[in-house]
Amino acid sequence: MTHAEHAPTDHYYVPHHSHWPIVASISLFILMYGGATLLNGGSKGILLLGLTLLLITIFGWFGTVIREGEKGMYSDQVDRSFRWGMIWFIFSEVMFFAAFFGALFYARSYSVPWLGGESDHGLVTHGMLWPKYEADWPTNGPADIGGFFAPMHAWGLPALNTLILLSSGVTITLAHWGLIEGNRPKLIKWLAATVALGILFLFLQATEYHEAYKHLNLTLGSGIYGSTFFMLTGFHGLHVTIGAIILTVILFRSMAGHFTLERHFAFEAAAWYWHFVDVVWLGLFIFVYWM
Amino acid sequence: MSTASHAHDHAEDHGHDHGPPRGLTRWIYTTNHKDIGTLYLLFSLLMFFVGGSMALVIRAELFQPGLQIVNPDFFNQMTTMHALVMIFGAVMPAFVGLANWLVPMMIGAPDMALPRMNNWSFWIMPFAFTLLLSTLFLPGGGPAGGWTLYPPLVLQTGDAFPFVILAVHMMGASSIMGAINIIATILNLRAPGMTLMKMPMFVWTWLITAYLLIAVMPVLAGSVTMLLTDKFFGTSFFNAGGGGDPVMFQHIFWFFGHPEVYIMILPAFGIISMIIPTFARKPLFGYASMVYATASIAFLSFIVWAHHMFTVGMPLAGELFFMYATMLIAVPTGVKVFNWISTMWRGAMTFETPMLFAIAFVVLFTIGGFSGLMLAMAPADFQYQDTYFVVAHFHYVLVPGAVFSIMAAAYYWLPKWTGHMYDEKLGQWHFWLSTIGVNVLFFPQHFLGLAGMPRRIPDYALQFTEFNMMSTVGAFMFGFSQLLFAYNVIKTIRGGAKATDKVWEGADGLEWTLSSPPAYHTFTTAPEIR
Repeated sequence: MTHAEHAPTDHYYVPHHSHWPIVASISLFILMYGGATLLNGGSKGILLLGLTLLLITIFGWFGTVIREGEKGMYSDQVDRSFRWGMIWFIFSEVMFFAAFFGALFYARSYSVPWLGGESDHGLVTHGMLWPKYEADWPTNGPADIGGFFAPMHAWGLPALNTLILLSSGVTITLAHWGLIEGNRPKLIKWLAATVALGILFLFLQATEYHEAYKHLNLTLGSGIYGSTFFMLTGFHGLHVTIGAIILTVILFRSMAGHFTLERHFAFEAAAWYWHFVDVVWLGLFIFVYWM
Repeated sequence: MSTASHAHDHAEDHGHDHGPPRGLTRWIYTTNHKDIGTLYLLFSLLMFFVGGSMALVIRAELFQPGLQIVNPDFFNQMTTMHALVMIFGAVMPAFVGLANWLVPMMIGAPDMALPRMNNWSFWIMPFAFTLLLSTLFLPGGGPAGGWTLYPPLVLQTGDAFPFVILAVHMMGASSIMGAINIIATILNLRAPGMTLMKMPMFVWTWLITAYLLIAVMPVLAGSVTMLLTDKFFGTSFFNAGGGGDPVMFQHIFWFFGHPEVYIMILPAFGIISMIIPTFARKPLFGYASMVYATASIAFLSFIVWAHHMFTVGMPLAGELFFMYATMLIAVPTGVKVFNWISTMWRGAMTFETPMLFAIAFVVLFTIGGFSGLMLAMAPADFQYQDTYFVVAHFHYVLVPGAVFSIMAAAYYWLPKWTGHMYDEKLGQWHFWLSTIGVNVLFFPQHFLGLAGMPRRIPDYALQFTEFNMMSTVGAFMFGFSQLLFAYNVIKTIRGGAKATDKVWEGADGLEWTLSSPPAYHTFTTAPEIR
């Protein structure tokens, strides 16, 4: 910490100029434009260009922040801003998942029973359109969209995955203890274990998807069950992937000697994010797979 | 390495004392809350005119029965785009711009908590709107199913569809980042002694608004993602054949949509609570009750969403719950109106332009509130649903409500921001023309709605002609008087009588202790608040 004397603890660090935000905006625009044209039947080129630019932006922007952090330019107050920022970001992610859980609960509590004739709403939808439909869960609806399928059972791979993610919550805590004890080998060992568990989870999830598509005829197009199943587990899997990438970066930074006993918010942010992903999985396990 | 980085650090520290860099890159690379506030406000003004032009197309077509100017499909694109542009492009960015300029100065902070992200929040917006507005030139034109994007109708949109969805995603990301920044700033960067219950009302209302934004923008993102996958990837969220339900979209959308309404009005409440005390020369009446009322409105906003869909076919218990919950909102809102009036009671009032707009807000917003109560009654709403009465209601709360508060704020703080007084006479002309215009524009729409004229239709039965003509005359009067506003703003930026630091005799708060215009960086060391 040769730069400790430069830590501006008396005033808040306001970075001067940054070209990363505008580069990020342009990249995002190209990505979104590319996505829209691809959906309208265009080619992948623009989308991939946008994605590449966005990845470069992420490397550059986070790289700048990491260098500033290691130089000790962030006071305690800046640290607190990052904490608040991360907390509210995770809250926004929770609300994103809440929309999909809401869709699941609404379908199971209202739309499917109503299609099956429950309450007076059934007079029209049930009586006139689909009189033979019996409400049940899982279902692909009265029009049998996607054809006959078998649901995913909770007590196979999903239960194993629950065990894996819960264990990864323990290993990341052990890594944190290593960090605050000043025991770097312990930090690195348990962090590597956490990343490994994350990757194992993703591998099993991919196996499960393969099984669903190949043998169960359970697809994204399998009515409301397939829609909620794949969108919820898919977005969760995406978040596990992002979390695992973040943890890998933290692992490399730990090996490079970054972080001090007192100051390691990047590690904590990654851990918070990982716990969030963990908690979402518990919701998925209970409401998507089990009940 | 050490020396180089020392020199570099030193240069950066030294840079704090300088003013803004010159040229275009100042605005593109800036991390300064004042620059970013200015960018937001100018962007919002531009979008206000874009969305306003669309409104004038709508009103011109409705001047007479029959189809005269545009074809029905383009008319539908105009109603859809007008709403999207005004909500996401004009009103929301204006409030974020005001927050950027004012929150740090009001709480004694050097800048926003996360300055680089602040820049990104802004610069996403022009790109998002390029994406959105470009759809008007695509084959099949822009989205025409209404801004609420109800399936199955919206799924019939042509090439514009994925562009609209992804543009909404970009706006959402911008809003969420902006809101995170505002919360982090308010919670972490207050000067010593600036306790929560000493914060100016504008800061309080924005704190709560930012919370609402973070809670509901992701839900909007979720609902439009489901639309996207229903259209392109074969999911059945809104398809009854697959066990989904189009009504489910309305529930998820309005779970976002109703708090969104308060996102567009709570900062307005904050602005009015700043301006009225200044010109009544009395402290705000019932500060603590204002804070609690704001929090109550925010809480209630999460449990009233289905009043937007009373006629969709809900169980009776749902109708009743949402009806009574909605009516409850009148209580905290009443507290606010009562407090504003009590602040003015026996005050030494003067009527400069910001105060005129603030008083008009109190009166005209309340009219919108009352029509809202009428709409809250489920059995009565069955008659009003999708008529011009609804259009009149939400335009009363949004135009002489939200928009008037933004104009009041612009006149009130422009002298502080620019160091110049605006042209008071022109401001008064702008006020009176706007106020008369907006009432001629929207008041007749109440009668049209009660008589049964449906909204979002380019043609109408003959008996509605007179009120429609009045409304259109008011629309053009209101629309063109905004050019006075733009002219006055530009004139004030470029010159004018020198403003004092305090600007207004009755002004109170940290921002008025700074010079007019304030230095590029203010409160780099926090002031002490007693």
